[in-house]
Amino acid sequence: MAGTAIRRRLSWQRAEVLALHRETRRAWRLSLRPPDWSGHLPGQHVDVRLTAADGYTAQRSYSIASAPAEPGIELVVERLDDGEVSPYLTDVLREGDLLELRGPIGGYFVWPTATAGPVQLIAGGSGVAPFLSMLGHHRATGHPRPVRLLYSARTVDDVIGRAELEHQPATVKVHVTLTREVPAGWTGLTGRVDAALLAAHTVSPAQAPHLLVCGPTSFVETVASALMDLGHDPGRVKTERFGATGGP
Amino acid sequence: MTDPDEAADRRLDANAAAGPLAELFTVDLTVAVATCVGCGNSAPLAAHLLYANAPALVVRCPDCAGVILRYASSGSRLRLDLTGARLLTVTLPANETAEGKRHQQGLA
Amino acid sequence: MSFVSRGFARRRREAPPGRLPPGQYDVGDGFPVLSAGPTPRTSLANWDFRVQGQVDEVRRWSWAEFQGLPRESISVDVHCVTSWSKFDTRWEGVSVDTLLADVVTAAEFAVAFSDGGYTANLPLADLTGGQAWVVDTYDGQPLEPEHGGPARLLVPHLYLWKSAKWVRGLVLTLDDEPGFWETFGYHNYGDPWREQRYAGD
Repeated sequence: MAGTAIRRRLSWQRAEVLALHRETRRAWRLSLRPPDWSGHLPGQHVDVRLTAADGYTAQRSYSIASAPAEPGIELVVERLDDGEVSPYLTDVLREGDLLELRGPIGGYFVWPTATAGPVQLIAGGSGVAPFLSMLGHHRATGHPRPVRLLYSARTVDDVIGRAELEHQPATVKVHVTLTREVPAGWTGLTGRVDAALLAAHTVSPAQAPHLLVCGPTSFVETVASALMDLGHDPGRVKTERFGATGGP
Repeated sequence: MTDPDEAADRRLDANAAAGPLAELFTVDLTVAVATCVGCGNSAPLAAHLLYANAPALVVRCPDCAGVILRYASSGSRLRLDLTGARLLTVTLPANETAEGKRHQQGLA
Repeated sequence: MSFVSRGFARRRREAPPGRLPPGQYDVGDGFPVLSAGPTPRTSLANWDFRVQGQVDEVRRWSWAEFQGLPRESISVDVHCVTSWSKFDTRWEGVSVDTLLADVVTAAEFAVAFSDGGYTANLPLADLTGGQAWVVDTYDGQPLEPEHGGPARLLVPHLYLWKSAKWVRGLVLTLDDEPGFWETFGYHNYGDPWREQRYAGD
């Protein structure tokens, strides 16, 4: 029988909100059940669309924070006080509501599978979301490849996925650096991610790691240029800058 | 260090355009390799720069900043301008190529 | 049946009757930044403003010469095609009438061109008669780069995309030559009061 690949156009669907919980001072985790979901790759995102009664719509992208094997999907939403979409998701949306989304989206910023080398993840703020999905996937598969995460957060209370990050297999090393307040007894890193911090706490260019960097635009650009200076192959560095998109 | 003003440019990676482009294409166009008309640079579309705070999505070459693609959906109209891309190369999943199908059917 | 997100509404504020063009909303104190590309950084030493194309002689002003031209203060409402409007914006700059004062031309159109490659086309008649300025000051301060500084065009009776940021000159033309957004399906003229957003509107 001739194999006929039928590709469907990605369309909007209404996912049920299963749970909403406040993860940190500014980040919430949404658990959703999309009715039509064939699975995702770790690192993919969804587009969320809000529609007002007068037809006005607002749209944003959110990374999927849950691993593919888990039921449903989870999104991490950082509440931007002057935002239009995030305060709705964190303050108005309730369990049982329907949320319109399309996905999974994006085949580029995903967990590398073509080769088995080490993986270095570098996150700024809520940019850790796609990496939570990747680490969950890595743990579930039990793969021996070494993985490191360097995660920059403002304060210890801003660390998203703290519980998961503390329980990782031996192949995974997590470094958190705090940029604003450092609590007494903190044994982790402090200060912004710069060339010195990258040189000391990430996989060296000699080991030819895959590097994935996710965070606000200025964070990603600073880190990416420092990685080039350290001698990493630009072709192995993938970035995902995020910011409010789609208008004022 | 990055000029802090550059953050105000609010550029993103064109990875973020994957959803809007899926309104028009059934393949993920962001993993396609685009070649810039202006400078000849080739890179996955996702590794291009996306300017989304504009009347349309504007994707620019990571090398020369030339416009590669413009896309907008407004009301009942979708508009796509690809004049800045000389070539788009899409790699199909293995099961959709002739070779992949032979593998699936046990012929190879 | 179309879907409505429970409890979601666009934040709107009341605007005086007749002040908002159709389909627009009042953005209030905010001043959204739209950018279709990187913000150009041109030093004032390298900046000039040119009037060229179908002209008897190319006109050129350095930054210092531009600063020596007669200045006007303008207070106007501006309307962006992405549907926000901002009331009573205060600018200072040079009237395009001043820049075109003794230019001899048969042109009926103009293309404003900018650092970074942006262009916008307008009928010459919409740039003259006290309707358009090249402004370098907003709200009493030097115009910030994100809003088009050192200088931008200001043509407040048309959608704001016609008011080219980082403007460096005008090319006067015999034929209408669509600019950056006009070649992408945006309306060639762009009158907010007739809601001319897209070609065919």
